[in-house]
Amino acid sequence: MTFAMAIGTEYYLALSALLFTIGAGGLLVRRNPLIMFMCIELMLNAANLAFVSFGKEMNDLGGQISVLFVLVVAAAEVVIGLAIVVAVMRRRPKASIDEVSVLRG
Amino acid sequence: MNNLVWLIPTFPLLGFTLLLLFGRRLGEPNAGWLATTMVTGSFLSTLCVFLGMAGKTSEERVYEITLFEWIPSGELSVGLGFLADPLSITMALFITGVSALIHMYAIGYMHGDPNFSKFFIYLNLFVFSMLMLVLGDNLLITFLGWEGVGACSYFLISFWHEDPANASAGKKAFVTNRVGDWGFMVAMFLLFFNIGSLKYSDIFSSVIQLDALTQTTATAIVIMLFIGAAGKSAQFPLYLWLPDAMAGPTPVSALIHAATMVTSGVYLLTRMNPVLAEAAGWSSDLIWIIGLFTALFAATAAVAQNDIKKVLAYSTVSQLGFMFVAVGSGLYVAAIFHMITHAFFKALLFLGAGSVIHGMHEEQDMRKYGALKKVMPITAGTFIIGWLAIAGIPPFSGFWSKDEVLLAAWNENKIAWVLLLIAAIMTAFYMSRLVFMTFFGDKRWAEGEEENHEEDEITPPPENEGKNILNPHESPALMWFPLVALAGLAATAGILNLPFSHNTKYLEKWLEPVLFGNEVHVLASTSTKWLLAVIAIVGATIGVLGASYVYLKKRVNPAQIELPILQDAWKFDRSVSNFMGGPGRKIFEVVTWFDKTVIDGAVNGVGKLTQNLGTRLRATQTGLIRTYALGMVLGAIAILAYFVSRMGF
Repeated sequence: MTFAMAIGTEYYLALSALLFTIGAGGLLVRRNPLIMFMCIELMLNAANLAFVSFGKEMNDLGGQISVLFVLVVAAAEVVIGLAIVVAVMRRRPKASIDEVSVLRG
Repeated sequence: MNNLVWLIPTFPLLGFTLLLLFGRRLGEPNAGWLATTMVTGSFLSTLCVFLGMAGKTSEERVYEITLFEWIPSGELSVGLGFLADPLSITMALFITGVSALIHMYAIGYMHGDPNFSKFFIYLNLFVFSMLMLVLGDNLLITFLGWEGVGACSYFLISFWHEDPANASAGKKAFVTNRVGDWGFMVAMFLLFFNIGSLKYSDIFSSVIQLDALTQTTATAIVIMLFIGAAGKSAQFPLYLWLPDAMAGPTPVSALIHAATMVTSGVYLLTRMNPVLAEAAGWSSDLIWIIGLFTALFAATAAVAQNDIKKVLAYSTVSQLGFMFVAVGSGLYVAAIFHMITHAFFKALLFLGAGSVIHGMHEEQDMRKYGALKKVMPITAGTFIIGWLAIAGIPPFSGFWSKDEVLLAAWNENKIAWVLLLIAAIMTAFYMSRLVFMTFFGDKRWAEGEEENHEEDEITPPPENEGKNILNPHESPALMWFPLVALAGLAATAGILNLPFSHNTKYLEKWLEPVLFGNEVHVLASTSTKWLLAVIAIVGATIGVLGASYVYLKKRVNPAQIELPILQDAWKFDRSVSNFMGGPGRKIFEVVTWFDKTVIDGAVNGVGKLTQNLGTRLRATQTGLIRTYALGMVLGAIAILAYFVSRMGF
């Protein structure tokens, strides 16, 4: 605990911002759906890290509770998203994410 | 047993549902019997509630039951509830009783009609709506029933809609009623705006105890309610639809356009008596003046009609005028009393007329009747009781109730009494004319061959040219039994409210809890009342004798009395339709133009705008996920930038 205290909240926030930026950047430049998924997970977890840090800083349990919600949502999103990706990949093994635009209504 | 109230309208609703689902399969006559059974069940449950209520003290006789919350919406909360009190149960008793008899009659009358079961679907729906109107514990339920009976009336007037005349009569009734409904709705809005509730008990307690309505508001509400009542109860100038409504089958005329639906305006005003008491005096004056005018006006028109049902229709309008005179004078008991006796004798007269029409093979022109007494003894006998009742001959019921109404007019204004007495004499006159032309006098039809008594086409033998060849016959028992039952009621219903002492005024004592002391008591001495009654009897006798002088002894040419202008009901109907077809139409064309361009324009414009905007925005939905992601990231950056700028870096 003392070790964690010594590091200070701003470092965690900086790490969170860095992870988020990496995730966002990756999402924008990569075309492989799986990689894009990983980028989204990265962003979500960056947000989680920020939640926990702020929760600790402000002595508010709400931050930690929010994380649980985010985790559940992320899990659900992965289930649906991966199912779609697998279905697309089966038909077109070499598909890039841009080709999924045919799914547009 | 008051908690059985919900059963009363449930029976006809059940009958309606069953007939809607299985009516065609049940066919004739089972569909009719099902409908009759349901209404009889409704009558029996009303009787149970009535007996339970009669066993209680007068304070405990008002009972409310809310089945469920119907419209919970902010401050407006309307429950589907029933109000069982002496007034509503009295109404429900005679409505279900008369309806049951008429349903039974209709089984015989509608024999052979291709839409037999459909007829009973409408009849049961009508009874349900009428009971909702009467039993509802708030104005919105009453309005639900009000619209329901209006719709059923429309369906039934144009029941034989293959004939365009019947269809347009139905439309006329519907449109005229809508004018009245407008008044009802505005009255409801005003009441909700000022009191915050539509429930009768809330309205009455806040009007009586809290003085919640100013005189101006109360007057406005009364006038609006009266417009509604005038539409439904066929008062001048909205009476136009009722004579045309005779296009419907005769049981419908008896049930809807004589006994029940047309009395709902009188019921509404009686129900709202605390509001009437708050309103300015001139609004009550307006009610009795319109009533008086209608009574006279319609009586003059009835004198010259040749269609047997038209005579009865104008007579109904006239008798409703009598009831409004009583309501406007504050003698609510007299109005309800006359409503009940009128329901009995007018239903009887209409059913009798139906029996005659049936026997004469759909001939409605009285000029082709005559001397039917011998061939239709039961119809004639019961009809004569109905005639004596409406003419005001003691001891039949109409005398007692009409006497009360005349007393109301006397109490209000002596001239009004004279005019109403004239209307009463004319009632006796035109009803006697009807009876003499139909059942007595010369035979103006020719008998056909004995073996042809089926309803076949008969070619007239040359010696009988110009006369209808008919085989008039007495109606089947299914039709004459209701006649006999109604004749019994029409003869004896006077005992409900005998004026001899306070103790014999059962109806007055019974209705006391719902009138909140607003009933006006006539301050005339007993000898005056006797004198007035004797004058009324003499007047009725003059009417009957006058008619026999003209139509039996033929001392006067009837053409001198049946003026064409009376036949045309003072050309009022014609002028209204001419105006509406001519200059009136121009006004409504302008209104239609406004409706189409401005109101529809605004509504459609909003729709078009949204559509155009949508088409433009669709272009941004490319389906490219990375574009979306970029948009989101840019958005996140924009929000971040906004917060950063707020921090003042």
